[in-house]
Amino acid sequence: MEKANEKAYRLHLMVCAGTACVSNNSFGIKDALEKEINKQGLEDEVLVVTTGCNGFCERGPLLVVQPGNVFYQQLEEKDIPHLVEEHFLKGRPVKKLMYKPPKEKSPIPILSDINFFKKQVLIALRNRGLIDPEKIDEYIARDGYSALAKALTEMEPKQIINEVKDSGLRGRGGGGFPTGLKWEFVSKSSTNGQERYIVCNGDEGDPGAFMDRSILEADPHAVIEGMIIGAKAIGASKGFVYVRNEYPLAVSRLIKALEQARGYGLLGKDILGSGFDFDIKIVRGAGAFVCGEETALMASIEGRLGEPRPRPPYPAEKGLWDNPTCINNVETWANVPVIINRSADWYSNIGTKTSKGTKVFSLVGKINNTGLVEVPMGITLREIIEDIGGGIPDGKKFKAVQTGGPSGGCIPAKNIDLPIDYESLTEVGSMMGSGGMVVMDEDTCMVDVAKYFISFTQNESCGKCTPCREGTKAMYEILDRITKGEGKEEDIDLLEDLAKSIKDSALCGLGNTAPNPVLTTLKYFKDEYEIHIKEKKCPAHVCRELNTYTIDEKTCLDVGHGCDLCRKNCSANAISGETKTAHQVIQEKCIKCGVCYDVCRFDAVKVK
Amino acid sequence: MAKLTIDDLKKIKEKAKRRTELREGGDYRAKVTVHMGTCGIAAGARKIMNAFMDELEQSKSSDILLTNSGCAGLCSREPMATVELSGQAPIKYIDLTEQKTKEIFQKHVIGGNVVKKYALGKGSEKTDA
Repeated sequence: MEKANEKAYRLHLMVCAGTACVSNNSFGIKDALEKEINKQGLEDEVLVVTTGCNGFCERGPLLVVQPGNVFYQQLEEKDIPHLVEEHFLKGRPVKKLMYKPPKEKSPIPILSDINFFKKQVLIALRNRGLIDPEKIDEYIARDGYSALAKALTEMEPKQIINEVKDSGLRGRGGGGFPTGLKWEFVSKSSTNGQERYIVCNGDEGDPGAFMDRSILEADPHAVIEGMIIGAKAIGASKGFVYVRNEYPLAVSRLIKALEQARGYGLLGKDILGSGFDFDIKIVRGAGAFVCGEETALMASIEGRLGEPRPRPPYPAEKGLWDNPTCINNVETWANVPVIINRSADWYSNIGTKTSKGTKVFSLVGKINNTGLVEVPMGITLREIIEDIGGGIPDGKKFKAVQTGGPSGGCIPAKNIDLPIDYESLTEVGSMMGSGGMVVMDEDTCMVDVAKYFISFTQNESCGKCTPCREGTKAMYEILDRITKGEGKEEDIDLLEDLAKSIKDSALCGLGNTAPNPVLTTLKYFKDEYEIHIKEKKCPAHVCRELNTYTIDEKTCLDVGHGCDLCRKNCSANAISGETKTAHQVIQEKCIKCGVCYDVCRFDAVKVK
Repeated sequence: MAKLTIDDLKKIKEKAKRRTELREGGDYRAKVTVHMGTCGIAAGARKIMNAFMDELEQSKSSDILLTNSGCAGLCSREPMATVELSGQAPIKYIDLTEQKTKEIFQKHVIGGNVVKKYALGKGSEKTDA
């Protein structure tokens, strides 16, 4: 074992090395820290550790100093010499590198005092920021593989299944099917002398969702341990992790973790001397969204075209190579070891009546604290958006939140006190999905949002069934027309009709749920559609072809002194005037690109 | 690497935990603060810190927190350290040497008895206005 594992250090510097922080130069920060620590002769006292995603991606690159839980953010390499000398050598924490909430004067030094972290309950993300994901011993130090030991030596497969059933754990990939029940089906399916399989679905594709990537990067062993426990429960000896090739860091950490687990005999033959054999293979997906659908995913693993097939038969009965297969999502697997260790009773005490435990959401869009949050089921949208998310930037008004990705829907501001669980989200026309949460403010056009999601599903439709292939295209064309001011009054009814028939007749989940963003925006924001169609206006001024740009001549002259910037930037020569005179937009020539509006420093350009 | 048995797994856990426990932020029985302002460092506080670290490592204790802080204000009596056992008033030690450090660690931090001959006094300044 390497020497660093033996030695005690007085300080551990936990540098976040999730994808977001890495792209913000966290490895550069790590190198700078190590260099400076050596320079100050602190290398025997201070250890630099790279961890998985801390969650507060907005503020990266991040550093948490333990013990003490001191939180540093938005670090730059030039800050490091000062930080090392002041804090790590002289013991004086550096305030200017700490997190200061918007509108507040003093920084908050301690991580657990920051609102973003306060309301979170970590189960799937239990090891985030606390271990180096590339060191199996650190996972073991935090009870890692102890649930596996328990499951292999103290529990019968049936007991494991019952424990997971009693915990109330449901699929975290979107569908929300009870996990224990699925395991029971698979374990009871006849194999005709063939094998059963375990699959981990890591084909995360919803725009704005990154929790599965984060879990694989931050704690790959949690997923592996969950899968081995599942394998024991259903009697499988082979497993697959299907992960997108666009997640290079997740793939490399997973490969490393699998090697380490094999080295310790936690995968392979006779695991922990229990006589149980199981191993896991990685299959890299090429990034087709439809491959997140379980039957398409299995086709892809088998080497066939990633296209879905009708269900039933469900994978539990006929899965990989027509054998019973248990497919769960990354986050679901990561929950399993904790349930085995801490009991179903403990787990089912968290959450609501129908949805137990926690859910990881990726909080993105028009929100102050972008990041990854794990919260108990039943928490309200308000708590997530206002308390954890820190509200909407620039004092704008909250308009809606889109959950569940392209399969989900938009929940309007009036439902901000909605407690979140599988059922409540479905009731308002959205869904849990994989946990993407896109926050929108008053400057968002809901017709444009619907168009975006339909264009996404339309691009990702595999083309196998007509409703999805042609239906989403037809919906896109109508929405595109509306946003260009060519909408007709009957379009709204037509959209609703199309949406309903696609929902009923598409082959797989992708098509069945594709109309949801349109249906929910129609339900809650019909007036916006009507204004687009009847008045040929976009209230949020997003659909540029519906905008009219004018220049307030008084402001232009009195405040801006006719600065001429708009005219210089107009590519269509649609602005008249010269320096020190008031300018005008020549409407016949205007191509509505909005550049004049963007460049004007005096708010003289108005949009209607 | 050989295949693990359940006992091996437990051993790895104990060993790795001793090193990583410090990240958990739990309750510590004792907190040792070495004052490391410029004055402290000039007077040899680094040696004192190292001596505490050696003692800590040898003791294999996991409930002792060793940390540093800035100048304690009494620059002429550096190097200084403060030992605080949970539930007891902090004790400040002055004019430390490596030898004194070892004695303080054994007798006070481990044994619970204040080493009066090296102590400046009890308590810390008030920080509330």
